[in-house]
Amino acid sequence: MNHWPILPLLLPALAAPLIALAVRHDIVLQRVFSVASTVLLLLLSLILAGKVADGSVLTYELGNWPAPFGIVLVLDRLAALMLVLTSVLGLFVLLYAINGWDQRGKHFHSLFLFQLLGINGAFLTGDLFNLFVFFEVLLIASYGLMVHGGGALRVRAGVQYVIMNLVGSSLFLVAVGLIYSVTGTLNMADLAVGVAEVRPADQALLHTGAILLLLVFGLKAALFPVQFWLPGTYANAPAPIAALFAVMTKVGAYSIIRVYTLIFGDAAGDAGSLAGAWLAPAALATLVLGMLGVLAARSLGQMVSFAVVGSMGVLLVAVGAFTPQSMSAALYYLLHSTLAAGALFLIVDMITQRRAEHADALIAAPTFAQAGLIAGGFFLAAIAITGMPPLSGFLGKLLILDSLREGPAAVWIWGLILSTSLIAIIGFARAGSVVFWKSLAEPGQLPVGDTPKGSLPFVAVGLLLAMLVLLTVFAGPISGYLDNTAEQLFFRRDYIDAVLGSGRAS
Amino acid sequence: MSLALIVMLPFLGALLPGLMMRSGRNACAITTGSVTFLAFSLLLTHAPAVLRGEVIQVSWQWLPALGLNVSFFLDGLGLLFAGLILGIGLLIITYSRFYLSKADSMGAFYTYLLLFQGAMVGIVLSDNILLLLVFWELTSLSSFLLIGFWRHLPEGRQGARMALAVTGGGGLFLIAGMLLLGHAAGSYELSVILERRELIQASPLYLPALLLILGGCFAKSAQFPFHFWLPHAMAAPTPVSAYLHSATMVKAGIFLMARLWPVLAGTEAWTWLVASAGLVTMILGAWIALFKDDLKGLLAYSTVSHLGLVTLLLGLGSPMAAVAAVFHIINHATFKAALFLIAGIVDHEVGTRDVKRLGGLLMLMPITATLGMVAAASMAGMPFLNGFLSKEMMLEQAWHHGWLAPGGWLTPLLATLGAVFSVAYSFRFIVHVFFGPQRDDYPAKPHDPPAGLWLPPALLVALVVLIGLFPETFAGDLVRTASAAAMGAVAPEFHLSIWHGVTPALGMSVVAVAVGLLLLWRYPGVRGLWARGPHPEAKVMFDGVIAALVRFSRALVLNLHNGSLQRYLAILVGAAVALGFAAYLGADGAARAPGGRETLAAGPVVVVAWLLLMVSTLMTVIMHRDRFVALILIGVVGVIVSIGFVYLSAPDLALTQIAVEVGTVILILLALYFLPKVTPVESGLGRCVRDGALAVLGGVGVGVLSWAVMTRDFSSISTYYLEHAKPLGGGANVVNVILVDFRGFDTFGEIIVLGIAALAIFALLEGALHGRLAPRLRNWTPDYAHAADRHPMMMVVATRVMLPLALMVGVYIFLRGHNMPGGGFIAGLVVAIALIMQYMASGFGWAEKRMPVDYHAMIGGGVLVAAATGIGAMVLDYPFLTSAFDYFSLPIVGKFELTSAMPFDIGVFLTVVGAVMLALAQLSKMGQRLNQHAVNTQPMDYNPSADRQADATREN
Repeated sequence: MNHWPILPLLLPALAAPLIALAVRHDIVLQRVFSVASTVLLLLLSLILAGKVADGSVLTYELGNWPAPFGIVLVLDRLAALMLVLTSVLGLFVLLYAINGWDQRGKHFHSLFLFQLLGINGAFLTGDLFNLFVFFEVLLIASYGLMVHGGGALRVRAGVQYVIMNLVGSSLFLVAVGLIYSVTGTLNMADLAVGVAEVRPADQALLHTGAILLLLVFGLKAALFPVQFWLPGTYANAPAPIAALFAVMTKVGAYSIIRVYTLIFGDAAGDAGSLAGAWLAPAALATLVLGMLGVLAARSLGQMVSFAVVGSMGVLLVAVGAFTPQSMSAALYYLLHSTLAAGALFLIVDMITQRRAEHADALIAAPTFAQAGLIAGGFFLAAIAITGMPPLSGFLGKLLILDSLREGPAAVWIWGLILSTSLIAIIGFARAGSVVFWKSLAEPGQLPVGDTPKGSLPFVAVGLLLAMLVLLTVFAGPISGYLDNTAEQLFFRRDYIDAVLGSGRAS
Repeated sequence: MSLALIVMLPFLGALLPGLMMRSGRNACAITTGSVTFLAFSLLLTHAPAVLRGEVIQVSWQWLPALGLNVSFFLDGLGLLFAGLILGIGLLIITYSRFYLSKADSMGAFYTYLLLFQGAMVGIVLSDNILLLLVFWELTSLSSFLLIGFWRHLPEGRQGARMALAVTGGGGLFLIAGMLLLGHAAGSYELSVILERRELIQASPLYLPALLLILGGCFAKSAQFPFHFWLPHAMAAPTPVSAYLHSATMVKAGIFLMARLWPVLAGTEAWTWLVASAGLVTMILGAWIALFKDDLKGLLAYSTVSHLGLVTLLLGLGSPMAAVAAVFHIINHATFKAALFLIAGIVDHEVGTRDVKRLGGLLMLMPITATLGMVAAASMAGMPFLNGFLSKEMMLEQAWHHGWLAPGGWLTPLLATLGAVFSVAYSFRFIVHVFFGPQRDDYPAKPHDPPAGLWLPPALLVALVVLIGLFPETFAGDLVRTASAAAMGAVAPEFHLSIWHGVTPALGMSVVAVAVGLLLLWRYPGVRGLWARGPHPEAKVMFDGVIAALVRFSRALVLNLHNGSLQRYLAILVGAAVALGFAAYLGADGAARAPGGRETLAAGPVVVVAWLLLMVSTLMTVIMHRDRFVALILIGVVGVIVSIGFVYLSAPDLALTQIAVEVGTVILILLALYFLPKVTPVESGLGRCVRDGALAVLGGVGVGVLSWAVMTRDFSSISTYYLEHAKPLGGGANVVNVILVDFRGFDTFGEIIVLGIAALAIFALLEGALHGRLAPRLRNWTPDYAHAADRHPMMMVVATRVMLPLALMVGVYIFLRGHNMPGGGFIAGLVVAIALIMQYMASGFGWAEKRMPVDYHAMIGGGVLVAAATGIGAMVLDYPFLTSAFDYFSLPIVGKFELTSAMPFDIGVFLTVVGAVMLALAQLSKMGQRLNQHAVNTQPMDYNPSADRQADATREN
């Protein structure tokens, strides 16, 4: 019996309660347990990615019930890729968080691992309702992490976050209910087959379900007009959590990619094209709003949050084209923007911790300890997120532009992506200039005080930036993998055959 | 390979200055210089081959999917530019060592300088236009750092940002342009593109590509209308200005135009765009330069003007014009870099570079003055200097080219006009700085600088003179090879020499010098003329645009994201309603109709329940400000929904629903104790109407959908569950078998959700108990007074009697679950509620003492038990959560069934109880914290037995 696909879920599902159960009184033990688990998770993800690199699709029928009746986990290239990304980001963020963030409240490590469980589950599951369950797992864990450490602003933002997302969950149920009512199944591969066979008389229900589901995923992915929760949430969340959340929006993006290629792909008829029609314009609006937000922001945290919104816009514009080439470009940009946003949130936290009462406000304040080193990190991460060369953001942007040449909207898409890049560049240049340069003109230096002294945070940020460099240098082989991934997404038969046995795919 | 090394050396070397700074400024400068020297030497080793006409190439794949390769090639044009970049770079590094003060961070300076150098060499050696883009934007970034090097100065910061915005923005144009060009050519390799002129010019993408590429080039090379950033970049340290803003970076745009000349030039569009931009820039820059009092400002506008001259030449499109352009690039780089360095010396030694405060320096600083005068004379285009030669060629081209007006008189006229201003400002530089009376109010005592400062410009001036005197010897081959490369063909026959005979160009030159000197002679009058004209200040406009953009962004984005949850929710619900209706109504007419399934008759009981549901829902809306009442009403809704489940034959759902209702209402009631009891009025009428409309639309929408769903016949996978629950799952209760077996993984996830929720509640309230909120909590007085009898006897007695019964029911529900309505989840809730009742009736202190259970452990244990059940299957080589069951018989008990789902359900049970109780425990801890009353140790405030004893004593 091949148990590989369940392991990335089982590991955090065991480690997290174990930490809550046995070692919650000792912070060192908690750290040992959670770092060890995350390292293991990374190794597992890498092994899994290796196993499916040849294009095979691994499935795992939980409870030994045959699909589509039981729940099935499916590991293909895309899922493996997302697992690796999550565990890389998770590990580095965790390393950063053990500078003291993890002690500002209870159960940090337990919640952190539960969060990873939720995210991994969303990537692995091959069942629409089970996806809902993992959405709940990651939502509730992220809420716990979001309000970690408390504080009025944070709790307020947390309430908004959780309420918005609970409404989203309700919509998810409505949508799944509608889809189930006309297809009679929840298994995604089975749905992929069944959706094409829905009777004309049931199309209205199917369409409504498909479009509401897009809204739900869009909410997670911070797509306009349901992106409103993100800036407040990310800017007020504990920094390492905001950094981890960089991958949470990608859960939304992943779900859109998965569901609208597999279930509502070309074979699904009108229900399929519906999503593309809505997605691209909404993504462009997201892009514009996010990048303008970078310029509008009054604090670093807010600025990075809006940059995340903007980057989701870029990503979803590419996804919305639904061609293998644009999907591959989107996936590259997905990897890049997740790591870059994660690094930026951590760097902003370094600044915040050193600027005492000035925190991350975009005002000149006396300079602070290690400003030079942090400025260097900020410069690199800003280059990355604004898509300047030589880092991966530039390559991602080129790939996306290259893949979106055709079509009547191409001029708009190119124009908006490029002009918003300029706005983001101006925004980040202004911010860096105020915080690092103008502040030098302010008299005095802030006392080192209780700023964290360990070098681990720097190592964590450095490793994240190093990931961006690797992503850049090895862009060739990585984009090769992504091309294969995108191809696998659009050639649905592999997935369907792996889940349902051969012969069911149309 | 060594070609790539030339590019990589400055990048690799960029790490060194920061380190070597630790061993002193000299070591730092020498290290930096060595890096550049090494790269320069490597370049020179290739020079003979290139001058022979060979092209050296090297290539690796980087991102093949995009056509992005790391490929370099070196031809004449590349050699010329790389030579300028590295050669002048070496001089600049030397000069900077003596120019920078001790307070400046030299390590950082050299690091930025090397980064810039590497990027610049990368541009001129790239064979791949996408790779070229990478280096292109890198020069923008590194020049941002260099211009803002004196970061404490506002001009430095603002100049840096402006330069980044304009050149970086231009880079974005270029990105688009290059992608189009590559697409049109079918390759991103320059060496291929340059072969495909016809293909490209025939492509519909030619014009957009041309426009975009020129946008990038003009922005970088400060051509009108992007010229405004360059003077503000002069806030950089002077060596940077000399290097970036005269010799190298601003020439990147020129370079690219020259590089792409073979494929882009020669069309109407090209000539019109490029030549006219060049002409306008040449005249405008020279005119403004005439009135700049800051030496660097004067030189900056002069640079703008000379770049315009080169652009004009490239724009004319004739081979000889291209030769002249290449030649002028060399000449301008030498005299202008020298002039900047001299301006830096003046600034350094005199303490000002304001022309009005200078003058009479000739005798005070003889070396500097001599160098300055020669270089400026070259800039003016005086004979025997290199500037003269290329200017003559320009004028000649302008004369011959019949462009812009019939008969071709306008171009020569305008070119001469540019030359006039050029002469005027050059001589102004000479006369107003070095001649005139010596002053006694110099900020510092002027004297010639140390050799380290004057040697680099002296070398450049030597070149100015040598090329001026012996052009063919010193520049002939280079110009020939480079212009051949730029044209992509064999260069036309030409011979560089001082004397061409009496030509129209000579006449134009003479006129230019005469009129230029006249202007200078009448300078005050001319300046008065200028002062009356309009002076659009580009910086003010630029700042205004940025400020307006920021204001607009703030007005739009921050007002949209104003933190109002009501608004966010309204938009979310609105979007759902709009999308839902659009999708539903957008489908075919037949698909919108309700299904044909027969509906059930509604009996009186159903109607009553239905009315009750509606009334209580409406009441909730109406009375929602009174939170207790609203909570009770929500409870009523929940109960009716549960009854509905019973009516629709879903007893499991009904049981779960009712247990969840009870549990949550009790917990919310406890929480409400700490919260305001009344919701304040926050919404005006408008918002109420909006929200009401959304609610009605949403309700109607969901209603229509439900109706459509429920009136349709449908088949689903549920038949499989019905068939297989008993034989394969071992349970007659299909719902339970689905929960613990078919879809046990969902349940596993959901108990984790419950556990996480409890942990999150714990962590959140722990913060309130111990964090900053703790003092507030201590000083808080409850809204309502405590009841005098906190633990009423009736309730204490009733709950105590009920406890064993309730526990028994819990166990019963748990055990029957697999075959009849029940199961671990419901049992857990029932037990938790029974326990909560104890706490409520007798107080937390009393109850906790009798039940010292660690709820954390219970939650963790529950999840682990459930997981362990699943892992058990894995040990036996079945997938996670595979169940097994069998029937056993024991004496007395008889035949019974044991399933592996049972321990799984125990896990569920434990987690549910633990989660509910942990939440309760945290809430009561908050209660205790603010409670002035001591924690009770007795189950009742009023102890009847004690009273009876008292009575007995009294009776005795």
